[in-house]
Amino acid sequence: MKEQTRENVMLTPDHIAALDGRLLRRDEISLDEDLLQHLLSENLMKAIPALKKDFLSVKCMRCGNTDARFFARLSCARCRKNHLYCRNCIEMGRMMECELLYYWEGSPYVWPRHENPCSWEGELTSAQEKAAQRIVEAIENREKEILIWAVCGAGKTEMLFPAMTKALEEGMRVCLATPRADVVRELKPRLEDAFQDVPIQALYGGSDEKEYHAQLVIATTHQLLRYRKAFDVMIIDEVDAFPFHADPSLPFAQNRAEKPQCTTIFLTATPRKNLKRRVHNGRLPHVFVPVRYHGHPLPVPTLHMCTSLAKDLQALKLPSIFIHWLKKRKRQERQLLIFVPTIKLAERLKTPLRKILKDNDVIKNSEALDAVHASDPGREAKVTAFREKKLQVLITTTILERGVTFPSVDVVVLDAGHDVFDEAALVQIAGRAGRNANDPTGEVVFFHDGKTEAMLEAIYSIKQMNKRGGF
Amino acid sequence: MHCLWCFSEMDNQFSWSDVFLLKKLTGLCDDCINGLEFLRGNRCEKCSRESETTVCKDCKWWKEALSNDPLVFNHSVFRYNPFLQEVISKWKYRGDFVLGEIFRPYMQQAYQDILFKMKKDVIAVPIPLSEKRLMERAFNQAEMLARFLPVKTECLLERTEGEKQAKKTREDRINTKNPFLAVKIIKKPVLLVDDIYTTGTTLRHAASSLAASGCPEVYALTLIRG
Ligand SMILES: [Zn+2]
Ligand SMILES: [Zn+2]
Ligand SMILES: [Zn+2]
Ligand SMILES: [Zn+2]
Repeated sequence: MKEQTRENVMLTPDHIAALDGRLLRRDEISLDEDLLQHLLSENLMKAIPALKKDFLSVKCMRCGNTDARFFARLSCARCRKNHLYCRNCIEMGRMMECELLYYWEGSPYVWPRHENPCSWEGELTSAQEKAAQRIVEAIENREKEILIWAVCGAGKTEMLFPAMTKALEEGMRVCLATPRADVVRELKPRLEDAFQDVPIQALYGGSDEKEYHAQLVIATTHQLLRYRKAFDVMIIDEVDAFPFHADPSLPFAQNRAEKPQCTTIFLTATPRKNLKRRVHNGRLPHVFVPVRYHGHPLPVPTLHMCTSLAKDLQALKLPSIFIHWLKKRKRQERQLLIFVPTIKLAERLKTPLRKILKDNDVIKNSEALDAVHASDPGREAKVTAFREKKLQVLITTTILERGVTFPSVDVVVLDAGHDVFDEAALVQIAGRAGRNANDPTGEVVFFHDGKTEAMLEAIYSIKQMNKRGGF
Repeated sequence: MHCLWCFSEMDNQFSWSDVFLLKKLTGLCDDCINGLEFLRGNRCEKCSRESETTVCKDCKWWKEALSNDPLVFNHSVFRYNPFLQEVISKWKYRGDFVLGEIFRPYMQQAYQDILFKMKKDVIAVPIPLSEKRLMERAFNQAEMLARFLPVKTECLLERTEGEKQAKKTREDRINTKNPFLAVKIIKKPVLLVDDIYTTGTTLRHAASSLAASGCPEVYALTLIRG
């Protein structure tokens, strides 16, 4: 039996594609135990302990967590011992002290070079073209990182096509990662359209493509926890979005998923302070794209003060100024996207808003309005219904602040002074309006009961961007 | 201290009211505690379900189906609401062991509540997992719950068949093969422990295996009445 193993060791290229560039738990590897042991003894694979314990500290080797709060003890039936496990990355499968992580150490898998992989037939605007060429250059020169700072609606995805084309022509492996699963789902069909003959894999919690291995990967940043030295080009879309900026294990995973020579491309409309500072210090090369693809300026939000708004909303009372605005909207046929600060409020305002909007002829029947939030199982379906105009009005939490495009909407924020609406969120929310060339304007109104720094800075930065765009 | 579930910071001020003490022991913040819903109002005296009649329809059916019900009663603590479903699934299926600690004070309280209904010298017996499942998860959630109780816990049952989804029809409940085997003769009354009472089939299978091995009386304590 043992002698036979050697002959059975013929690994297919598919096996190697599945292993190379990954960091896996035992149950994520589909090799039988004999073969795995053989690969380990031949140094074709390596195994490291999942948790690294020093004298006083512990580190999870998958997510980099060292925070004691995110470790707990478990009495393990496998080894009849009480030991540590990591709670920080448990959604990706629990890692315990008695477990190992595996990676491929043999010669790397060679991804094919593609000739003219791009099947997209659209045209870039001159602003997009300029940014696109700069990204291609960054890849050609193997630059370490670059920031693409493009206003909401600039057409970021299309700007990436020339760079992706270049990378695929060179036989590079490309990852387009984003903190949000919605964005992954939205990007997948667009990339499949633009690169019709290139196998593409989309990874997010609950996706069913885990067994498959592609040269072009679209993934949530969480999924990067399963990679190690995998990518030549790493694109982080919406780099400032939750949870990427708030969870240190995600930048940790991003860094580990990159090959040493990797070029990282950060994309955002609203960079946070750390990135802005690096740009200002000249330590992060960047391209600024101040115009939307259709050439119209960003809609500037207007502010409406309503005394005791937060309290009234809790009591399910809507301010008269809001109703007044509703009646006076310039284009009554536009759909209405209403942002509220909490899930509870989104649910509770449904009924009173239905009544008011019906009384004011904004909607014909109650079914034309719905509410959506992060833990709503019907989330995808409702967003689709709104996009297909089956819904006229959608109440939402900040989950729809970015990554989603609706052609013709007016945007309202109720209680814009709430903490969840920071500057980035408000700029992104405002950026939902006027996305389409056929209706490039759209109203954006913030209802509040006291101006906040975030509101003023959001308006200032939108005006600045319009200025830089030549408006 | 941080909440075991949502990780939010909890204030450390201490008070001696019973309610507060119970809250502190769970390791949950106030918001998360409020997410737990106790079973309340009139309950079926046999299975703990919220019911207008002293014995619920389900239990009446069991009574007719079995000439001799091996289970004296089941007592459960919580309703299976969406919040608890999330917690249970992270604890059991993701294997976040420490979340089980949330239930320690509730299990202990429940034991005190049913003490008067049981014979003396009762021992706790958890519903077992199959060996395969146990090795996958590295712990048995029912055993964790049993060990919270102030009595001896003995793993007296073995699972000879793998875990299967609960059967749909009532007839299937009595026709399925009993997957449990008692590992020795048992002379003491037994309190079976499991996380959820759904149809009652699992507990009755376990109870009848224990009875066949000499166990004088079998009761059940489950966290949730599904
Ligand atoms: Zn971890
Ligand atoms: Zn162990
Ligand atoms: Zn909590
Ligand atoms: Zn009953």
